[in-house]
Amino acid sequence: MSLGIVFALLGAASAVFLAGMGSAIGVGVAGQAASGVVTEDPNKFAKVLIMQLLPGTQGIYGLLVGFITLAKIGLLGGSMAALDPMTGLLILGGCLPIGIVGLVSGKYQGMTSAAAIGIVAKREDQFGKAMLFPAMVETYAILALLTSVLVITNVPV
Amino acid sequence: MFDIKYTYAVARLRALENHLFSAAVLEQLMACQDEAGCLSLLQEKGWGDPNEKQDADQMLARETEKIWETIESMHVDMSVFDVLRYPDEYQNLKAAIKEICREGHHPGIYIEGTSLSGEELEKILREKEYYRLPEHMQAAAKEAYEKLLHTQDGQLCDIILDKACLAAIREAGKKSGEKLIENYAEDTVAIANIKIAVRSQKTGKSADFMKRAMAPCKNISVDALAHAAAGGFNSICDYLSTAGYGECAERLKESPSAFERWCDDRIIQTIKPQKYEVASVGPLFAYVLARENEIKTVRIILSGKASKLPDEKIRERIREMYV
Repeated sequence: MSLGIVFALLGAASAVFLAGMGSAIGVGVAGQAASGVVTEDPNKFAKVLIMQLLPGTQGIYGLLVGFITLAKIGLLGGSMAALDPMTGLLILGGCLPIGIVGLVSGKYQGMTSAAAIGIVAKREDQFGKAMLFPAMVETYAILALLTSVLVITNVPV
Repeated sequence: MFDIKYTYAVARLRALENHLFSAAVLEQLMACQDEAGCLSLLQEKGWGDPNEKQDADQMLARETEKIWETIESMHVDMSVFDVLRYPDEYQNLKAAIKEICREGHHPGIYIEGTSLSGEELEKILREKEYYRLPEHMQAAAKEAYEKLLHTQDGQLCDIILDKACLAAIREAGKKSGEKLIENYAEDTVAIANIKIAVRSQKTGKSADFMKRAMAPCKNISVDALAHAAAGGFNSICDYLSTAGYGECAERLKESPSAFERWCDDRIIQTIKPQKYEVASVGPLFAYVLARENEIKTVRIILSGKASKLPDEKIRERIREMYV
C-alpha cells in the first residue's frame, strides 16, 4: 500500500471522526436541554426533538465526504488507485474543512439549539424563529462541506 | 458563560418559569373576596397538595418544600445554595440552644429540611460535640450556648448566631465563584446591617452593641453605619446616601414596609438578567429566589385578606415579580 493511500485514508477518517465528534457533542448538549423541557412539558417533545437533531447534520456531512474519498481512491470498488504521496496529501487537505468546521460548528450549534429550546420552553409559538438561530450555524458546515467535496472530486487521481 | 452541566436544569426551569406568578395573577388574587377565595384560586393553580385541603400556612410550607424538591431532582451541586440555606440552619441552632438552656420541650419549633435536624442539634449541644457541626457554626454555637447558659440573655445569643450566619453567607457567596451569588450574599449582609442599625437606633442601643451585631461586608462600613445610627435616624439615611444606598434611605424615610419592599425588589431586579442565561447556575439560583419572593408575596396577600386590610394597604406591600 502506498503512502498516498495512507494519507487519503487519514483524510477520510478525520472527516468522519471530527465531524462526528462535533455532532455527538452538539446533539448531546441539545438533548440535555430537550430532556429538561420534556420533564416538565411532554407536549413539546416533537418541537424540541427537531431542535436536538439540528447539530446532527455535521456527522452526516463528514460521512458523505468520507464516502466520496473512499470512492475516489477506489476502495469501495475493490481496485485501489496507486496514489503518490502528494495526491494523498491533497485529498487529506480536502477532507480537513468538513472535519474541523464540523467539530466546531457541531458543538456551537448544539449550544445554540439548547438556547433555542429555552425559547420553545417559554414561548412555544416562537418555534419558527427559535429554529433559525441554530440553523444559522449550519451555514458554515455547508460551506465546509462544499469546499471538501470540490477539492476531493477535483484532485486528479 | 455556557456550563454544560446546567443545560438540563436550566431548560427544565425555563418550562417551570411559565408557572411563576406574574403581576396579572397577583391581580386575580387581589380580586378574591377573602382568604378562602384566594386559597381556592391558588389550589386551582396547583399550589399545595392536590389531594388534601390545606390552610394557608400548610399550603405555603408545601410550596417552599416543592422549591427544594425541584432543585434537588435536577442533581446539581447543592453547595451553591448554601447562601440561601444558612438562615434556616442557624434558626434551628438558635432554637436548639434555647430549648436546652431553658429545659423545655416545644414541638414544631424546628424548620424541616436542614442538614442537621433539631434533635441532632440538641444531642450535639448536650454532649458538647461541636466538632459535629459544620465548621462555620462551631465557634458561634459554643459561644452562644455558653453565654445563654451563664447569662440567660437570649438577645446576646441571637446576636452571636445572627452575626455568624451573616459571615457564613458572605463566605459561601465568595466560595461559590458565581458573581450573582457573591453579589447576593454581599447585599444580604449589607441589608441585614442596615436593619440592625435602624432597629438599634429605634431602641436606643449603643454603637458598640451595633458593631457587635453587624457583620463586615464590602458595600457598607460597619463602624461608619454604627456611628451614624448612634447619631439618629437622619444620620443613618445620610450615611446610606453616601454609601450608594440612596434609594434605600428614601424608602426608609417613607415607611418600614416600603423599606422591606425595596429590599425584596432589589433582589428581583438583580436576578432578572438570569432569564436570558442559557446554562449556568445563575438561573437556578434566580428561580429559587423568585419562588421565595412569590411565596412571600402570596403570604402578604393572604394575611392581608385574612385580617381584612384595605386593598391599597395590601398593594403597598406587594413585591415585584420575576416574570
